[in-house]
Amino acid sequence: MSNLTAAQRVKLARDPGRPGTLDFVHHLFTDIFVCQGDRLGREDPSIYGAIARFHGKPVTVIGHRKGRNFEENMKCNFGMPSPEGYRKEQRLLRQAEKFGRPVITFVDTPGAYPGLEAEAGGQGEAIASSLALMSSLTVPVVTVVIGEGGSGGALALAVGNRIIMLENAIYSVLSPEGFASILWKDAARADEAASIMKLTAADLLRLGVVDQVIPEPEGGAHVDPRPVYEAVDKAIARALSQLGKEKDLAAHRYQKFRAMGAVREERDT
Amino acid sequence: MQPLFRSRRDRLDRLRRQREDAVKAAAQHSDLPAGGSQTCPGCGRECQNQDLVKTEYVCPHCGYHLPIGAYLRLSLLLDPFTFQELWPELTAPNALEFPGYEQKLTAQREKTALSDAAVVATGKLDGRQAVFAVLDSRFFMGSMGVAVGEKITRGVEYAQKHKLPLVIFSASGGARMQEGILSLMQMAKTSAAIERFSEAGGLYISVFTHPTTGGVTASFASLGDITLAEPGALIGFAGPRVIQQTIGQELPEGFQRSEYLEEHGFVDQIVPRRQMRQVLSQLLFLHRKGVMHR
Ligand SMILES: [Zn+2]
Repeated sequence: MSNLTAAQRVKLARDPGRPGTLDFVHHLFTDIFVCQGDRLGREDPSIYGAIARFHGKPVTVIGHRKGRNFEENMKCNFGMPSPEGYRKEQRLLRQAEKFGRPVITFVDTPGAYPGLEAEAGGQGEAIASSLALMSSLTVPVVTVVIGEGGSGGALALAVGNRIIMLENAIYSVLSPEGFASILWKDAARADEAASIMKLTAADLLRLGVVDQVIPEPEGGAHVDPRPVYEAVDKAIARALSQLGKEKDLAAHRYQKFRAMGAVREERDT
Repeated sequence: MQPLFRSRRDRLDRLRRQREDAVKAAAQHSDLPAGGSQTCPGCGRECQNQDLVKTEYVCPHCGYHLPIGAYLRLSLLLDPFTFQELWPELTAPNALEFPGYEQKLTAQREKTALSDAAVVATGKLDGRQAVFAVLDSRFFMGSMGVAVGEKITRGVEYAQKHKLPLVIFSASGGARMQEGILSLMQMAKTSAAIERFSEAGGLYISVFTHPTTGGVTASFASLGDITLAEPGALIGFAGPRVIQQTIGQELPEGFQRSEYLEEHGFVDQIVPRRQMRQVLSQLLFLHRKGVMHR
């Protein structure tokens, strides 16, 4: 793996040319049927959903979508979902459960949209419900963090049995800019924030937050995406075959997240 | 069904004992200033602390609900001598080796006598045993790191194991920045625990208090069977400052307050602090046969 600083990886993770959810979907899946709408009166293009085949078997695919040009960026709100996006996700998760389809998710968002309408529509409740529902599925859930994994808006698609992460993707509690502005009241110190936030794939692997890191070519996945698609394809296939041996996938997922973060039980003072 | 109180005098006695307990608990945990006064953020008038103790820290002039500490909150709710704290010494290490975090934790512990921002306890409310968890906004703004996430999760698991109803009072600035990604993961952990509890038929009452934002709003606080809020509490996912910066316009009056959430369908009822005990009692009794029948 290359020796880049955390701040350099942040830039790569946000590179507009970097392969997004749609690129992965079109290279890894066949027989794709796109699903839209939350059935509550709204459709949020920033969350992509589909039924498709992976290695011949039907699966449900859900991923953040940023768009590939300015017009698409605007339509997808730069990958920042609104509550209706998470409610669409919930609808597709319930369907996956009903039909026994494995769920594959792709994470690439700066975060859930911090807007007036999003708040009025219950952004917090929408994310919370996605977390609760995803945690309880009895079908396998495999998550791939492909770009930016920003905060609760990313986690709402990432309660997986296996979490795979690209080498130059990032995953954090908040953007480095937001982090710097909360802690030091200075968003310009984002690079410094990135260096202490432990948001790189290597850091997260060490912390047990992700299970596997997919190497990227020198310069990032967009320079030569083909080997990255192949490696992700192999990683998902392997994860699904391993998870096929688990008796209780909901319990497996519960224990996985239950174990995140060690505690002490005596006073240290 | 047994009457809540044998007589009016019984009730008055109980209230008096509760006040005494509150003052005692508060003295131990520095929940309350001993004397003096403070300015009400609602109306700007001076309130004597000795008066505020009697009004449960609701401004006698304008009804503003001042933030209160976790132990004081519990003493206002629980039947006397039934309070039993769970995992009081539980803390989390500085797993991300965040510079200066340990020193800050030590300072907060000395200031508040809390081990972290959550207090979890069992106790009785009008004779009904339940698990209570309360976030305390004096400790790192009630933010959720590993210790808070673990305590909430253990509280939920304890309630499930012992077939008890669960009541959580939230007050939180969101995820604990210094614990980074591990704080984020507590959102998944706590939500998963609540979901399991719910599938097992457990009753969970969530109470939003001022202020509750970020990762706590976007996890367990929004997953109650019943959702209550104190009047005027700020409740949201994104903070008002971030939203204002993003949309570049003034936020409407009352935006993200309890009343706004009620209007938009995210709160069952807004309950003033001095009626909270009675409403919780009603809900616990309404679910007396409904808890954990699966
Ligand atoms: Zn006042």
